[in-house]
Amino acid sequence: MKWLVAGFLLVFFSILSLFIGVSELSVMDIFSLSSEEKDVLVVSRIPRLISLLIAGMSMSIAGLIMQQLSQNKFVSPTTAGTMDAARLGILVGMLLFPAATMMQKMLVAFLFALAGTFVFMKILDKIRYRDAVFIPLVGLMFGNIVGSITTFLAYRYDLIQSVGTWLHGDFSMLIEGRYELLYISVPVVIIAYIFAHHFTIAGMGEDFASNLGLSYQKVVYLGLGLVALITASVVLTAGMLPFLGLIVPNIVTIYQGDHLRSSIWQTAILGALFVLVCDIVGRVIIYPYEISIGLTVGVLGSGIFLYLLLRRRSYGL
Amino acid sequence: MVNVNNVSKTYQEVKVVDGVSVHIKKGKITSFIGSNGAGKSTLLSMVSRLIPKDEGSVLLDGEEITSYDNRELAKRLSVLKQSNNIKVRITVRELVSFGRFPYTQGKLKDEDKKLIDESIHYMNLEAFEDRFLDELSGGQKQRAYIAMVIAQDTDYILLDEPLNNLDMKHSKQIMKALRRMVDELGKTVVIVIHDINFASCYSDHIVALKDGKCVYEGTTEEMISNDVLREVYDMEFNVCKIDGNRICVFFT
Repeated sequence: MKWLVAGFLLVFFSILSLFIGVSELSVMDIFSLSSEEKDVLVVSRIPRLISLLIAGMSMSIAGLIMQQLSQNKFVSPTTAGTMDAARLGILVGMLLFPAATMMQKMLVAFLFALAGTFVFMKILDKIRYRDAVFIPLVGLMFGNIVGSITTFLAYRYDLIQSVGTWLHGDFSMLIEGRYELLYISVPVVIIAYIFAHHFTIAGMGEDFASNLGLSYQKVVYLGLGLVALITASVVLTAGMLPFLGLIVPNIVTIYQGDHLRSSIWQTAILGALFVLVCDIVGRVIIYPYEISIGLTVGVLGSGIFLYLLLRRRSYGL
Repeated sequence: MVNVNNVSKTYQEVKVVDGVSVHIKKGKITSFIGSNGAGKSTLLSMVSRLIPKDEGSVLLDGEEITSYDNRELAKRLSVLKQSNNIKVRITVRELVSFGRFPYTQGKLKDEDKKLIDESIHYMNLEAFEDRFLDELSGGQKQRAYIAMVIAQDTDYILLDEPLNNLDMKHSKQIMKALRRMVDELGKTVVIVIHDINFASCYSDHIVALKDGKCVYEGTTEEMISNDVLREVYDMEFNVCKIDGNRICVFFT
């Protein structure tokens, strides 16, 4: 029932999103669009909506997979250095191959995101003191170290402004021809669903997985690969969306539990809804100007994160 | 039949398990006993391929255990390590369903669902089947894990300290369930156990480890005696026969 409401809200806000913006466009005119209005819709509004939906869904699912595999509710692309590594990857890609296509940049960002996440997981293995809050702190520090390398390189090569745009997620630049890379996330999410049982079992621990004949290492590699792909494509197109992969799966877990088969779609719906609402808020709050979504997601997200932290005893997180 | 031949494991130059050979008989309960650090859990982990062994071989029905395909082995031998620290929020029913994973890879057929129902019934968990694991008591949780192993339907079941953190009532429930699984379902059960009296009352066969070596191995009658236990634990025991069971008195 709750999820029916969430689904309905998602449709409602999706339609709303299409009709908010500087160029006047009214729901009433939908059947009598002038060619100019049609252009606004096709070139800007619809690509923006699709990117919002895909980015929201896939980043939340990426967080869900990471939390499952690390057995820690506070690990996510934001708190494990994955996003920062992807950003460093984009910068390195720009420096080494200035003429690179979007796909080639994507590949470099993916490899960096993968390597970054991997290093973090290795650090996790070495940590004896495994308090639930301690681990994301280590991840944030690690992310900041990677981030400072990015900033340093950007200063040296006078690219600080370009880096700035990936620092804050922003969907206003996503028009036709610039968002299609996000479609990579669609098959990735489907693969995540197919392997939902595997991820859930791997989340029960290595011994538990081996008992059931599951090759733990392979599942972890697959999961981290999917996470890196999603993160790289989102950071490259929309920019950083902090805390998204952290709070959305945690909220779903409280109601739905940790079995990915049942939680994955709800995580997707809620993630998309959250990003959509944040984007709309950012678009109307200082209309006709916009606040970048990185900011709205960050403010709302960190607030909810704090709340979850304080309530974690009662939720058993 | 599981034949453990001369297995050893060294951690940081300490031989935790040192040339142990054990024969685990089919259709029996075998208990590994010994003091803390005697190598019981390490031995169990090597027998169940959870950790690699440095030397020796473990033959399951004549074939080396590490040469089995992972999924095939999961249909013949199951192992539960101490699992109190798993914090994953899944329901009892979902957990028990995992027992069918080696057969189905996640897609449950009607006969799998039937087996899951039976396993839940076998461990008396119907009332809890839709509750999340983290909302259950230690005894209920342990029963849920054992129900999963029943659903996994393997000939061999290896359990590392299944009574850990359980009170007397729940310990008895678990041991009775294991006994029934052996007597009624024809399973072979191997447990690591600290409570010597539970080992005495419920096992058929006992293996005693000390400092990584197997010091004694035999039937329960042979093993539960003042002389054997004194040597295994370095303390005095007074074995009494009460209601047909051998009970060890060692508290004062």
